[in-house]
Amino acid sequence: MYWEGEKECINREALKQLQLERLQSTLFRVYMNVPFYRKKFDEIGIDPDDFLSLEDLSKLPFTSKDDLRISYPYGMFAVPLSEVVRVQASSGTTGMPTAVGYTRNDIKSWSNLVARILMAGGVTQNDIVQIAFDYGLFTGALGLHFGAERLGASVIPISGGNTRRQVKIMQDFKTTALMCTPSYALSIADTIIETGINVNSLSLKYGLFGAEPWSEAMRHELQEKLNIIATDNYGLSEVMGPGVAGECLERNGLHINEDHFLVEVVNSETLEPLQTGETGELVITTLTKEAFPVIRFRTRDLTSLIIEPCPCGRTFVRMSKVMGRTDDMIKIKGINVFPSQVESVLFEIEGIEPHYQIIVDRKGAVDELTVLVEVSESIFFDRVKKQKDFIDLIKTRLASELGISVEVKPVEKRTLERFEGKAKRVIDKRKL
Amino acid sequence: MLILKNVDVFYGKIHTIKRVSLHVNKGEIVALIGGNGAGKTTLLRTISGLMRSSSGSLVFNGLDISKQSPDRIVKKGISHVPEGRLVFKPMSVEDNLLLGSFNWYTLKNRSEIKHDMERIYSIFPILEKRRKQLAGTLSGGEQQMLAIGRALMARPKFLLLDEPSMGLAPTVVKEIFRYIVELRDTYGLTVLLVEQNARSALRIANTGYVLETGRIILQGPAEDLLLNRDVQRAYLGRDVDYTI
Repeated sequence: MYWEGEKECINREALKQLQLERLQSTLFRVYMNVPFYRKKFDEIGIDPDDFLSLEDLSKLPFTSKDDLRISYPYGMFAVPLSEVVRVQASSGTTGMPTAVGYTRNDIKSWSNLVARILMAGGVTQNDIVQIAFDYGLFTGALGLHFGAERLGASVIPISGGNTRRQVKIMQDFKTTALMCTPSYALSIADTIIETGINVNSLSLKYGLFGAEPWSEAMRHELQEKLNIIATDNYGLSEVMGPGVAGECLERNGLHINEDHFLVEVVNSETLEPLQTGETGELVITTLTKEAFPVIRFRTRDLTSLIIEPCPCGRTFVRMSKVMGRTDDMIKIKGINVFPSQVESVLFEIEGIEPHYQIIVDRKGAVDELTVLVEVSESIFFDRVKKQKDFIDLIKTRLASELGISVEVKPVEKRTLERFEGKAKRVIDKRKL
Repeated sequence: MLILKNVDVFYGKIHTIKRVSLHVNKGEIVALIGGNGAGKTTLLRTISGLMRSSSGSLVFNGLDISKQSPDRIVKKGISHVPEGRLVFKPMSVEDNLLLGSFNWYTLKNRSEIKHDMERIYSIFPILEKRRKQLAGTLSGGEQQMLAIGRALMARPKFLLLDEPSMGLAPTVVKEIFRYIVELRDTYGLTVLLVEQNARSALRIANTGYVLETGRIILQGPAEDLLLNRDVQRAYLGRDVDYTI
């Protein structure tokens, strides 16, 4: 089922034309209205009139998170504040916040795009949607909220936290779709199991999770534990919020709303464009945003593009599940390690709880990676020999996945911090 | 149906159309709005072959029409209703309509042409009433209907309408716009509509483009453009700051 089938299944030729038209007018508008872009374009001698094809985009400079911070709060707005009807800020997981704004039209198209993604993930107007993201400046909750309302679903704006209450509301209100971070969904699932509630007594059918990278193994775990279809969706405040991309029920990559966003994947170090299918940093240019357009924004999210047609009929290209952020990437002994790689290994091993933490430290000149994992009680209290074998197994598996040796420390259940919003998986103690 | 990509047009040395890209889908009304001298009429004249683009491509139903002569373009299915209507005033209404069929007029076709003319009369009954009258004696609204009727006589698939509401009384404007919607909905025509009367145009259009000094500065669903404050301020005659 499609929310805007005509647009979601548009033929690629027509899409290219639409993107070109929208890119040309966006470039003209940012050049006229945002001093930052005008200065940047002038510096390298670019006239927005020179853009004759989508490929010309690569001539433009990138926009980074730092650029947005420098112009904090309103410097990058392309319309006067009197036309802005909403201001939000990025979640600030990675430092100082950045402010973004929306005109009435922006809110309207945002809601529409989220509605598309919700419907792609199985949600219809008959669903009861529990939004367990934090409401506030963070775009996640309000973005999904407006989209779900637009779709006509019944929205429970419960916000994040108070997991027992989440479960009670879920039971009482007969929630059919849950929206939160995957790590919080796992906390909710654990609480359901601990309180002895039969998952099948719940009405839950769909989980739409996002805002942090998560592995296929995690999806499997969530689908099993909550008895749902779990889909991934993607967005970021600087670009709009949720609604940039989302999985259909095929669960094989996230369809990007390409009529509103132009995407590229580049090598995050050389910034050279990559071949289709290669993994690199996702770069997004907005095509319709009025208040806060961004040109070639470096998302710091690592993904690859899938151009093969999807059986669902949508013609928009898909991005693979985000495997991590360039800033999450831990460089250990010169090797790149992502928390998501550790996660998928851990999920495969029987007896491990899906809660973990990665600690990076430096002894002398040598980097050390320690993974703290929660293990089930039976293993924790078992014989020393058996425990040692178990730890060795994890070590071997991790070493073969990551290509470096790793220290593994088992900890008791419920000793690692639980997260209601975005999970913080890595603690880097190195002084670099 | 019609796709323009990076079209540039010069009027003498003046660069009047700058890198314009736009598309019109089959069965849609697309409104092209913008101030005086923005280049709206020039763009229509370029599509119908009365002016030449210096670069860029104009593709109609998969065929490049940028080098075609105006009469060939009419034969391909594009009819142009010019600004100021330009009906042949000393001729009768019926002769004006007949002239519209120039692209397929032969003696053999007479009965079909007759049939088409009856169809025009059924859309615009007032023209039938005035069929023997000289076009110059018609009211502005009637002349506009005649101009549209004349264009329809060429059996177009695609209609270029240049300022159909110009100089007409508000009630007549309404009537004309009703006809335009009818042409789309009942007769399946595709319309590119140039208008100073931006609000009325956007109300009936599917999508819209805003042209400013030869450039497309905005494009999108017509309903979104109606909500856009820049459009409101510049073209909908509404001073936003005072209406809040």
